[in-house]
Amino acid sequence: MDLESIVKALNLKVRSGEDKLKAEIRGGYTGDLLSDVMANSNEGDVWITRQVHQNIVAVASLKEHAGIILVHGSEPAKDTLEKAVKGGVPIMVSDLPGFEVIGRLYALMNKTG
Amino acid sequence: MGGNFDNAGEVSSNIKTVLKQIGLPKDVIRKAALVAYESEINIVSYARKGMIRLRVVPDSIMIEAIDEGQGIPDIEQAMQPGFSTANQKIREMGFGAGMGLCNIKSFSDVFHISSEVGKGTHLRMIIRASSAVLNS
Repeated sequence: MDLESIVKALNLKVRSGEDKLKAEIRGGYTGDLLSDVMANSNEGDVWITRQVHQNIVAVASLKEHAGIILVHGSEPAKDTLEKAVKGGVPIMVSDLPGFEVIGRLYALMNKTG
Repeated sequence: MGGNFDNAGEVSSNIKTVLKQIGLPKDVIRKAALVAYESEINIVSYARKGMIRLRVVPDSIMIEAIDEGQGIPDIEQAMQPGFSTANQKIREMGFGAGMGLCNIKSFSDVFHISSEVGKGTHLRMIIRASSAVLNS
């Protein structure tokens, strides 16, 4: 499954990295503690978080995540967006609370394998 | 460098790029990126200034984080998962969860820490690549 399918299915708004939406998603990880995400997420994961500051771009880029989904109406901070655009890191946003985003994503990814 | 979160992660990113160019195995690069990143965040969070040194030898890489800063009074306590002296600002950004040093230790094959209160902290980590992988 690629990011584009998720964007469509969950009606996400894409804020950066539009050209990277064909990237294959291998899994997902949820967390707002950056050390936790650094240690436990994997390459190709989509990362679901409420953190909006620029360090999320560094983490996603170091871990080679497929992209970041900000939940519950969070928007990337201005410098976060600038870094994400520059680094080609897809940031998508959803108005839904994290629990719902993750639930839907999990069902979707497990349905299609 | 200390206190400036704007460019936090850049040193780690450079280290990762260099290691990729050398062609080291993926798991070594993954470990090194984490070790470098957590060290970098510690310096930004707690030190006045610091440096991260990378040394690559045929069978392993060594990462050192040397800072001038407040130092750690009780290393044993600092190594406890969840223990943190981070202020609110640091915590709001999702750092300071008391996981950094533990993560560094668990992702390293060799981990050394020494610290002097009021002077600074010195971390030395070695990540080994099996010779079989490097020769392949």
